[in-house]
Amino acid sequence: MNEIITVRDLCLWYGQTQALKHISMSIPEHSITALIGPSGCGKSTFLKTLNRMNDLIPGVKITGRAEYAGQNIFEAEVSRLRREVGMVFQKPNPFPMSIYDNVAYGPRTHGVRGRQQLDGIVEESLRDAAIWEEVKDRLKKNALGLSGGQQQRLCIARALAVKPSVLLMDEPTSALDPISTLKIEELAVKLKEKYTIVIVTHNMQQALRISDRTAFFLLGELVEYGETEQVFSRPVDRRTEDYVTGRFG
Amino acid sequence: MISNRRKLFLWTVRGGMWLATAITGALALFLMGYVLFRGVPNITWELLSTSPSYLSGRIGILPDILNTVYIIIAALVVVIPLGVGAAVYLTEYASNKRLVGVIEYAAEALSGIPSIIYGLVGMLVFSNNMGTSLLAGALTLVIMNLPTVMRNTQESLKTVPQSYREGAFGLGAGKWRVIRTVVLPGCVDGVVTGCILSVGRILGESAALLFTAGFAHAANGFWEGLRSAGATLTVALYVYAKEQGEFGAAFAIAAILMVLAFAINMAAGMVTNKFQRSKK
Repeated sequence: MNEIITVRDLCLWYGQTQALKHISMSIPEHSITALIGPSGCGKSTFLKTLNRMNDLIPGVKITGRAEYAGQNIFEAEVSRLRREVGMVFQKPNPFPMSIYDNVAYGPRTHGVRGRQQLDGIVEESLRDAAIWEEVKDRLKKNALGLSGGQQQRLCIARALAVKPSVLLMDEPTSALDPISTLKIEELAVKLKEKYTIVIVTHNMQQALRISDRTAFFLLGELVEYGETEQVFSRPVDRRTEDYVTGRFG
Repeated sequence: MISNRRKLFLWTVRGGMWLATAITGALALFLMGYVLFRGVPNITWELLSTSPSYLSGRIGILPDILNTVYIIIAALVVVIPLGVGAAVYLTEYASNKRLVGVIEYAAEALSGIPSIIYGLVGMLVFSNNMGTSLLAGALTLVIMNLPTVMRNTQESLKTVPQSYREGAFGLGAGKWRVIRTVVLPGCVDGVVTGCILSVGRILGESAALLFTAGFAHAANGFWEGLRSAGATLTVALYVYAKEQGEFGAAFAIAAILMVLAFAINMAAGMVTNKFQRSKK
């Protein structure tokens, strides 16, 4: 498999606090990579580095290299980078506008104006996010009227609408009920045919169920990274074993 | 058991508070009733629709109504872009949080200054350069109401969830697009509330206008009106009561102003409720 994201010796500081310590890892295309670890271990920070959402936080300092498709992430034009490397957030965050306008927001941002073209993108994205059947008759209704699970799938559709290659998901199911969670998980597995998914999760079962590879973070370090099956059943590092068997976390 | 002395004490406290409430309510009702009682019978179509004439001894407040409308429009046209622009800059762009704090504090302090001081400064800065005119008065009112509009917009900007901004940035939107499409629509309520409060304040302002806008009662068109001196309703009230002894006209104006003030308070409340509901 081709590597789509390559990170070498990445360090990150919030002011004086070092949040990431010498992270090196490669993420293969068309796979699901799960980032696990206890709260504050740096997994979300690492995720947000990949599309530079950390730029929004003042006082962040980064050293090391991170490449997306052979291109330096820190030198890329940020608007193009985020279009290629999309993001789904922990809490569903649809904009307070219609379902249609939510999905069309990204394409419009990048200059798509034609009505027919937008219609096509909106339908395709909603279908890909497995929510088309539920919303096709109320595209003009406010997105805030949807349930939490629907809102999150809408946010996935919104992210897909700009045609990214990579989808970053930051604990996308932590605010959802079990059935909505299941739908998102099924969706993620389906989406990896077209996209590369990196998902932060607190739910070990979720990582086990859907991911191909798992990375275990602890106190800003990448402790272990490998095939999910191996990380959970035959961890190399003692700390990984303690965490995946539930001895701490 | 509570001792009798204690009981007496509690009853006295309770009675005292009841009395205070009763006096407050009675005073408010008396004031409103008195103004309406003296004012409403004097509100006639002729009063509302004509200019005053010394020849026929007629009193009309049409020019004062027009002047009030003009000065409100002129002040809002200037104060909205200034206030909203400053608020957006301070909340979304400014990186020096200490400076932002200082400006916010200054704005708060500014809104507590007695309006006659604005009048004094407005007279020296505006009226002495462009002549006593509605425009000079409007510009003075702009300074007075700028903090209100700015602070209301700012508070409202702060209630726009950070997750909206993140969502938009995450799709590759630039700063200005995020502000225009996601942040500004979310703070319309603050702008509207700030404007309504400003209209209320302008409607009730007299001290600052006595210095700057003058006392004339001539009915003009908008542009002509802005260039010339003119009395607003509150100033006209002062002039009729204090200098001409026309208490009928003064109370008629007072009743009109009071009803308008009620309407504005209610409008502000309704806007706040409506937007709070839609924001959840």
